Amino acid sequence: MAVQRVKFYQTGSFAVGNRLLDPAMRSVQSDATRTNAITSGHRACRGCGEALGARYVLDAAMRATGGKLVTVNATGCLEVFSTPYPESAWQVAWLHSLFGNAPAVAAGVAAALRAKGRTDIRVIGQAGDGGTVDIGFGCLSGLFERDDDVLFVCYDNQGYMNTGVQRSGATPPAARTTTTPVEEQAPGNRFGQGKFVPFIAMAHEIPYVATATIADLRDLEAKVERAMQLRGARYLHVLVPCPLGWGTDASETIRIARLATECGLFPVFEAERGEVTDVNPIRHRVPVEEYLRRQVRYRHLFEPTRRDDLIARIQARADANILRFGLLDEKES
Amino acid sequence: MAEPSAIPLPFAITLSAATSRSNHTGAWRTERPVYVDLLPPCVNACPAGENVQRWLYHAEERDHEAAWRELMRDNPFPAIMGRVCYHPCQTACNRASLDEAVGINAVERFLGDEALRQGWTVTPPESASGYRVLIVGAGPAGLSAAYHLRLLGHDVVVRDASPQAGGMMRYGIPTYRLPRDILDLELARLLDLGIVLELGRRVDDLPTEMADGGFDAAFLGIGAQLARRAYLPAGDSARILDALGVLRTVADGGAPLLGRRVVVYGGGNTAMDVARTARRLGSTDTLVIYRRTREKMPAADVEVEEALAEGVRIRWLSTIAYAGDGAVVVERMRLDEAGRPEPTGEFEQLPADSVVLAIGQDIDQSILSDVDGISVVDGLVQVGPDFMTGRAGVFAGGDVATNDRTVTSAVGQGKRAARQIDAWLRGQVMAAQQPRRLATADRLNPWYYSDAPAAVRPQLDAARRASTFDEVVQGLDETTAVYEARRCLSCGNCFECDNCYGMCPDNAVIKLGPGQRYTIDLNYCKGCGICAAECPCGAIDMVPEET
Ligand SMILES: Cc1ncc(C[n+]2csc(CCOP(=O)(O)OP(=O)(O)O)c2C)c(N)n1
Ligand code: SF4
Ligand SMILES: [Mg+2]
Repeated sequence: MAVQRVKFYQTGSFAVGNRLLDPAMRSVQSDATRTNAITSGHRACRGCGEALGARYVLDAAMRATGGKLVTVNATGCLEVFSTPYPESAWQVAWLHSLFGNAPAVAAGVAAALRAKGRTDIRVIGQAGDGGTVDIGFGCLSGLFERDDDVLFVCYDNQGYMNTGVQRSGATPPAARTTTTPVEEQAPGNRFGQGKFVPFIAMAHEIPYVATATIADLRDLEAKVERAMQLRGARYLHVLVPCPLGWGTDASETIRIARLATECGLFPVFEAERGEVTDVNPIRHRVPVEEYLRRQVRYRHLFEPTRRDDLIARIQARADANILRFGLLDEKES
Repeated sequence: MAEPSAIPLPFAITLSAATSRSNHTGAWRTERPVYVDLLPPCVNACPAGENVQRWLYHAEERDHEAAWRELMRDNPFPAIMGRVCYHPCQTACNRASLDEAVGINAVERFLGDEALRQGWTVTPPESASGYRVLIVGAGPAGLSAAYHLRLLGHDVVVRDASPQAGGMMRYGIPTYRLPRDILDLELARLLDLGIVLELGRRVDDLPTEMADGGFDAAFLGIGAQLARRAYLPAGDSARILDALGVLRTVADGGAPLLGRRVVVYGGGNTAMDVARTARRLGSTDTLVIYRRTREKMPAADVEVEEALAEGVRIRWLSTIAYAGDGAVVVERMRLDEAGRPEPTGEFEQLPADSVVLAIGQDIDQSILSDVDGISVVDGLVQVGPDFMTGRAGVFAGGDVATNDRTVTSAVGQGKRAARQIDAWLRGQVMAAQQPRRLATADRLNPWYYSDAPAAVRPQLDAARRASTFDEVVQGLDETTAVYEARRCLSCGNCFECDNCYGMCPDNAVIKLGPGQRYTIDLNYCKGCGICAAECPCGAIDMVPEET
């Protein structure tokens, strides 16, 4: 069950707030008393999508759990920019251990709470894409397979950003990173590699798997709320553009995320027990080029010579998603 | 490194933490967001200077009374306006670049009618200024001036030669566009403010009347009431009438003899009005003849379309060369290189029981001839930017002073003149208004607006229209009016959608509460510009920091 879309009311539920809506129907982020899980003064880059995404997720989770929440964080930008000792930006109970073990630590916290009879306190584990799909992947799969009562959230900025933009298993083809440079024979990251972890999570047949982006706040909040209604292992994969690593203008972070979904490259959907249950249809379809050409990591597709062959291969990936998820299908209202 | 706090640490915790709020990331900023209030295109285009966006804002919240009161600050005739205005606001509306313009005029009519249903009134001023102002002419300009002067505390007397008030709203605009009960109700509400109306009272000697009545100032809003006559070679038995006379006779309850085949000469709104009136009087064959092209026609598009729908035919690029008994001779025109019509020498005879001239109106200069200081150039009374004529204390506005020739423009001029008269009476000079930057469509982020096609006002069936004087265009019901109001994008002015508040990665936007909007916490704002980029209505500018 994705967000209940408000049909009209000027901006409906597209904007963060809406003075014409009943307060109960407004977003967590529009609420002046929201938790602000990550408060001001953190050192994320200007326009960081990850800082925004984590606040969206945790504020929504705090509302859904009445504040009974423990967060376990892997190493990565989210941890480094929020917690340079002695400062901390966290306004939620928050633990950090290592780069690779956040799912295991989160499972441990959940087990400890169960042992103490405090299952009213809920657990979120969170990491970047590197911490999730690469180094943390073994213990993440274990968490899924044991169906531990944890919501694990991946903030996917498609690379190891904290250590200077290296390739991860979530880096898309043709993207330039410091470990996938643009050379004569290899124009950025290779096609045919990498993995889409939401599918792997679904293969574990856990209660809930969903994708989301920071461009659709109401949808993201609804998914967090849904996840917190359920028990067992749940997985949320959030696309969070990184102005530094992607080479985008700081002001365009939300637009880039929006274009990623509107072109079909990043499908937004929900699945329960391994079956897709809902898909967010594309509202105004755009060619992938609209999305790619705003990012320096794809500049070599346009300069010095235009690589129509590569753009077409990326378009084909978007088209395949559109077909696979029915992203252009008319939805019943 | 800051000193960790001295609070005793909990069990197993070895380091204490301080808050990141001690780190003022505002120092990173090279640009800062600034909330702006820009001029919405609808407001810019409104001849009456209505704050359209603002009253729509109230209507969006279903606070119709607040919306109506906002409207009444600029225009005393919302129900009339919602019927007769040619709504240049809608032509300018930015929503047209998304789907269709907001139906501003229809909402205005709903609010005007709602006020009449609910009996809302404005309160007359409590204190009197002690000044007396004479208004000559009870048309839209004069009555608008009277209304605003009255609300500013002055004693106002309106004199008009006609037996009833309203000017062109009564004697020019046909009832199928403006039913007389609506006109009467809005006029009565205005007069109830304590405005003295003297009808059948032609003013011939303005200086004497001003002196006798102890008036400190006067406003001339006598309109342009004389039908222009062109030289038209005609036979003795040709039946030639002027449009204003026809419309006036019909307004007085008469039925001028036009016959079945009526030729109307002219291409303005009056030509359309008289042609449509002829259809209703039983003309089966109504033909408008106009010398230039459709694009060049001064008539409003809606008027032309409604006339055509009612069976009026229009011949563009034609002139009448001769009017005879039961027929006219029409000459075809063509456009020369400069786009001007020139004769072709091709003639054609068409049947015509009568010819109605609608080729313009002139002002009645008899009242002005003996008044020192008032000058008339090209048929218009000359006024300064303060609406004052060359004679101190005598002001003028509306058709007598401009060629706009619409009710809305006259109402706007009456308002602006009233404000100038007030300033002049009190010995003040009105500060020139700072020009506001226009809220252009390229500033919008339309993603956030719901898809919503325009609501259509129901219309009387065209077949029935051609035979009755019933109102053609119907009103919107409350639900539809609110829907239409909510299509407004609020161009250039914050409407508190919370996008900036919700999308700031640094929590640097402070929400000030309903109606109070937001402010930026410059201690933390890094100047990323997401708030400006994602603001739906373009109400945030990014301004470089001075370094
Ligand atoms: C075992 C180990 N290897 C390497 C590192 C260095 N390191 C810290 S964060 C990071 C990358 C984080 O990438 P990701 O999880 O995608 O988070 P992001 O910074 O992109 O948000 C690396 C390689 C480490 N801390 N521990
Ligand atoms: S490098 Fe990217 S993810 Fe890390 S803080 Fe900067 S913008 Fe955010
Ligand atoms: Mg990453």
